[in-house]
Amino acid sequence: MPKLGESVVEGTVSRWLKQEGETISEFEPLLEVSSDKVDSEIPSPAGGVLLKIYVPEGETVTAGTLLALIGQPGEAVPEKLADQPVAMSKPAVPEVSASAGGRGGNGGARISPVVARIAAEHQVDISRIKGTGIGGRVTKKDILAYVEGRSGTAPSPALPEELPPWERPGSGDLFKPTDDLYKPPTGRDDQPSGPASALPAGEIIPLSKMRRLIAEHMAASKRTAPHVTTVFEADMSAVTAHRKANLDAFAARGINLTYTAYFVAAAAYALRLHPIVNSRWMEEGILIQPEVAIGIAAAVDEGLIVPVIRRADELALPGLARQINDLASRARAGQLKPDDVQGGTFTITNHGVSGSLFATPIINQPQTAILGVGAIQKRVVVLDNDAIAVRPMVYLTLTFDHRVLDGATADRFMADIKKKLEEWEG
Amino acid sequence: MPEMTLIDAIRQAMDEELARDKRVFITGEDVGPRGGVFRATVGLYDKYGPDRVIDSPLAELSIVGVGIGAALAGMRPICEIQFADFIHPAFNQIVNEAARYYYRSNGDWNVPMVIRAPYGGGIGGGLYHSQSVEAFFAHVPGLKVVIPSNPYDAKGLLKSAVRDPNPVLFFEPKKGYRLIRGDVPEDDYTVPLGTARVTRQGSDLTVYAYGMMHFYTLQAAEKAAAEDGIQAEVIDIRTLAPLDRVTVLESFKKTGKALIVHEDNRFMGYGAEIAALLSDEGFEYMDGPIRRLTGPDVPGVPFSHTMQDFFMPSVDKIAAAIRELAAY
Repeated sequence: MPKLGESVVEGTVSRWLKQEGETISEFEPLLEVSSDKVDSEIPSPAGGVLLKIYVPEGETVTAGTLLALIGQPGEAVPEKLADQPVAMSKPAVPEVSASAGGRGGNGGARISPVVARIAAEHQVDISRIKGTGIGGRVTKKDILAYVEGRSGTAPSPALPEELPPWERPGSGDLFKPTDDLYKPPTGRDDQPSGPASALPAGEIIPLSKMRRLIAEHMAASKRTAPHVTTVFEADMSAVTAHRKANLDAFAARGINLTYTAYFVAAAAYALRLHPIVNSRWMEEGILIQPEVAIGIAAAVDEGLIVPVIRRADELALPGLARQINDLASRARAGQLKPDDVQGGTFTITNHGVSGSLFATPIINQPQTAILGVGAIQKRVVVLDNDAIAVRPMVYLTLTFDHRVLDGATADRFMADIKKKLEEWEG
Repeated sequence: MPEMTLIDAIRQAMDEELARDKRVFITGEDVGPRGGVFRATVGLYDKYGPDRVIDSPLAELSIVGVGIGAALAGMRPICEIQFADFIHPAFNQIVNEAARYYYRSNGDWNVPMVIRAPYGGGIGGGLYHSQSVEAFFAHVPGLKVVIPSNPYDAKGLLKSAVRDPNPVLFFEPKKGYRLIRGDVPEDDYTVPLGTARVTRQGSDLTVYAYGMMHFYTLQAAEKAAAEDGIQAEVIDIRTLAPLDRVTVLESFKKTGKALIVHEDNRFMGYGAEIAALLSDEGFEYMDGPIRRLTGPDVPGVPFSHTMQDFFMPSVDKIAAAIRELAAY
């Protein structure tokens, strides 16, 4: 399983494009893998015959796990390799295909459509149910009985609140084995600790893969980095004027000139002046990234995704605007590739588009800072000569990792962004 | 409420319709003084006269053709085909003419006729007195196909068929003519076309049937309940076209398993349509394969009794199929 991203530790085999026994050439697409919200095609590392597939479709394994063997026909092939990293199976819940394959306690018999649906609705691991159908098949009756038996509460010795503190089960990451930190939650059956209790009233929306990933990432980011936010305000008159003057010319070249392009340009310029912001905390020291790669947080149906503009400091406004257009439309269409969402060194999040004035975004690990851009709003400002004027203003917030940066450094960085925007000459 | 046989209920329906509506008349072979070879029209010739109960020549094409003409002219004919096996010469009239008039004339002309015929095997009739032909006609848009399984439904459905402005094929399970008895109210009631009925409630599987097979299915369901504790839900389809898809699907959603029983040949029999409907629109509720218990794909119900028994579904065969599906 290839490592599909910096912080990606596992991948799911979504589809084998070749079956055992088929010939394959080097670089020919071999399988499809999904991870970290993107799907990718993996080319074969060698030519030959696909002798054995070790990881079937639907299974999730850690990066580095051997997926298959390619060799010459007739070669001896081990059934299972001795030291495979433990395969982490996804919950039987949404991945179970209705037609073929069941697992574990299902005796290899098929999972019927209605059983699959009930399992999904109630987050049941089918392999835990004893099947009374032919071949040990779990029937509709079996799974309904199981669900009913489960929601009836088992008698509990005492509620956690009533137990003395040392008797109460621990919670939090310290009490979880490290493996569990990377395992997607397997459903209510495996909730650690505590007596079984009925669900609270209200609608439960099942967690999509993207939602889980976002949840893990955000929680981990906050746990790891001490977050501090500093707020600046910038006068967007120069940018607004420049944009107005150039909108049509850009459109004629097929580029939609958005405000985002200006913010990216200003940030890239400032990152070059303050390399300490374009960095990453490591135990060995603060790594100053050689390249400026700015990610733009984009909202998609399921949540958000951050496509990255590489070498943002080397592009002029037209180049930046064009890349932004391309990445945004591909993000919306779900067509981003792993390369598009990796390797970012800084992130900009444009919460202003939804009306927010300013916010305190969460750092996109393993970066050092994230720039939040609020709504551009006409406000009354006081000029140097104490006159009152109306100007299009924007709040810029920088949330930074206080392990790496101190307030003064962060503010100097922001001051340069502000200056660049306010003195925009194009 | 008097109890009567299937054939009596059919006769009573026709009697009441002849009395109610002057436009209704009966035509067919031996329907007049003879009273029909199955006694379906006994007494009606005497009661209503030769203008209302008309003997026809031995020419099914003409029986139906004349009926279509009369219907176009405003009458309400009930055409009897002596055995469903003989309906084939009239196939062209039914399918090309009766079925298409309304559509073809953009609603200007309709053919309000009923074609009744005894169908089905089990009476030692051999190849030409045992056929099931419902699949041919249910397939054609513009025709309605109705098959009662009991006297109450037979009377109510036949009355509805006579009053329906469309051509309706009314197939009667001849084996049940005297075998199936039931209570039938003497007043004027109708059973609406296009409605199936849940005749037995259950949760383990659904058995869909019509005609004689429905009669056997109820018995098989009781057997499976008594001997194996299996609770089968039974649906009497009643109107094959237009099908009551709602009742059919609702039951399947409840049980997740379906068995369809008909005596017609298996391949392209009516059961295939139900199976396709369930697998298409009931897929998420499916808990087992959709099975059909049918007559074999053999060109005719054999004359020899042993071979006929081999051909025909029976209570035991249905019960065995119920058990097998329930266990899946």
